[in-house]
Amino acid sequence: MAERPPLAAPPLAPAQRGWAGDAARRLVRNRAALLGLVIVGAFGLLALFAPLVDHHTPTDQHLDSTLAGPSTTFWLGTDQLGRDQYSRLVHGARVSLAVGVLTQVVALGLGLAVGLMAGLGGRRADSLLMRMTDVTYAFPDLLMVILLVSIFGASAPMIILAIGLVSWTTIARLVRGQILSLRERDFVLSARALGASDWRIAWHHLLPNVLGPVIVTATFGIPAAIFAEAALAFIGLGLPPPTPTWGRLVADSFNTMFAAPYLAVTSCLAIAITMMAFTFIGDGLRDALDPRSPSRHPLPEVEPSSAAAFDVAERRAA
Amino acid sequence: MGSYVLQRILWIVPVMLAVAIVTFALMHQVPGGPWDGAKRLSPQALENVNREYGLDQPVWEQFGRYMLGLAKGDLGVSFYQGNRPVRDVLTDGIRVSATLGLLALALSTAFGVTLGVLSALKRNSVLDYLAVGFATAGASVPSFILGMLLLVLFTAHLHWLPSGGWGSPEQAIMPVLALSAWPGAYIARVTRASMLDVMQQEYVRTARAKGLGERVVVWRHTLRNALIPVLTVIGPVAAMLVTGSFIVEELFAIPGIGRAFVSSIGNRDYGVIMGTTLFYTFIIATANLTVDVLYAAVDPRIRYGAHG
Repeated sequence: MAERPPLAAPPLAPAQRGWAGDAARRLVRNRAALLGLVIVGAFGLLALFAPLVDHHTPTDQHLDSTLAGPSTTFWLGTDQLGRDQYSRLVHGARVSLAVGVLTQVVALGLGLAVGLMAGLGGRRADSLLMRMTDVTYAFPDLLMVILLVSIFGASAPMIILAIGLVSWTTIARLVRGQILSLRERDFVLSARALGASDWRIAWHHLLPNVLGPVIVTATFGIPAAIFAEAALAFIGLGLPPPTPTWGRLVADSFNTMFAAPYLAVTSCLAIAITMMAFTFIGDGLRDALDPRSPSRHPLPEVEPSSAAAFDVAERRAA
Repeated sequence: MGSYVLQRILWIVPVMLAVAIVTFALMHQVPGGPWDGAKRLSPQALENVNREYGLDQPVWEQFGRYMLGLAKGDLGVSFYQGNRPVRDVLTDGIRVSATLGLLALALSTAFGVTLGVLSALKRNSVLDYLAVGFATAGASVPSFILGMLLLVLFTAHLHWLPSGGWGSPEQAIMPVLALSAWPGAYIARVTRASMLDVMQQEYVRTARAKGLGERVVVWRHTLRNALIPVLTVIGPVAAMLVTGSFIVEELFAIPGIGRAFVSSIGNRDYGVIMGTTLFYTFIIATANLTVDVLYAAVDPRIRYGAHG
């Protein structure tokens, strides 16, 4: 791990133009990242227009053709209740992608708020907030999610909130660490000398500099959240039926594995391909946002289910 | 260094206490109680069992009693498993999860290190591309999705392996494979990166320049140094594998600690919920501590301040 590339984006002056454009160009030139973008884009469009592109209503039960194999009527076959697998997958993509992206919005909001307050709020606020972060971080992630969902019920907003509530610590650490190191840089000192307010310095000078690594972290958080939804559904704590989610599809297909293996394969592939696509995008973003990073082989990411056991880099940065 | 380690060890205590408080408070918020099982109890009987186990007292008082017991090493009893001590429930689960985890650790380490070393030595060869491809795919496909696909192939389609359970070697094959893929990919990536890094070092060039054979250069000069960073990641990988992935245990019906946790929530088996959560927290905290200390020990440039 000696050559672990720094997650930090290079400090850049806020007025510098074309930084985002440069990064976007580098991202698209990365073949794996481009593939990831195409896959996510395609699945995103299918999810967005699900009611238009579905072939059947996903909850309709065609009881005369249960567990049918793929055909022209049922493109990817039907499940034990005769529901069309393709339509269920397309509608399930809505839930899985929404859970993936929205949990990271929650995590970003919390992580940025806590990180900024800790980095700028002085010693006592810093110490208090970081202890809080340490405790949240020590909590086994999925255990906390399971408890929260058991208490407040498995609705989509609750699942998103619960996963978001355990996913913000890495971002908070990252933001705080960056702020502490940037605070004393010349460009911040000169802004302060020119009479800029604390708020202006935070918003215009510090935040843009921490956004790069934060976006990378959030991108890696998306597949983790998609996995968490699937895991919840598998142990029976996901969204209640008949709502199709990828996690529920996997759980349902487990019971019909012998009679209809294609159900299990298509559901698993949907999750696996999407998670891989987001990982590719995350890898590409890290390289694109940090052009100085020498590594063509970015550091390995953490398996979602056990993220807490690993975050070595963040530990060190804190 | 010594005081830093001590501080970090002591920090585990308040963290565990905080986790205990939060878990205790949350689990008592979960609707329903431990006696909502198949047999409905009469109100009088319900009152009696609640009094028997102190469940009629305020939550903070129950917590106090739990912590006092914990301090004496008493983890309470499992309501669901007929008053079986939680300690026994945990020990049984840990034994299974640890066996599974150690098998997966051995496989993923052997496979990951070999693959990483070979792909670094034969950089840009077909083998290297395959290795990097495996490492990328393995790192982004979760163990339980892989486990499902293995089940479809080896159980549903080929009928070679049993679908689950624990006890015979055949039953261990698929869960071990499913659990090993991610750490194997991770270790392969770290090993490869580290090997490439070391192979560019001056001392390796010097060793070559003075005419040492390729074998000596690789074994004595490169590999030894390249494996140091790998050692630091094996610690947390071990912690992850030994605590088990409860979703893989669910999938293959393995009676490990992860499964104990999931069913304890369903059964409102308060003692087992607390026991498993605290066990997980302890392992994760210890793994993080070990990594940080190993980093400091391996890389003298790292210095730790007052608070990590």
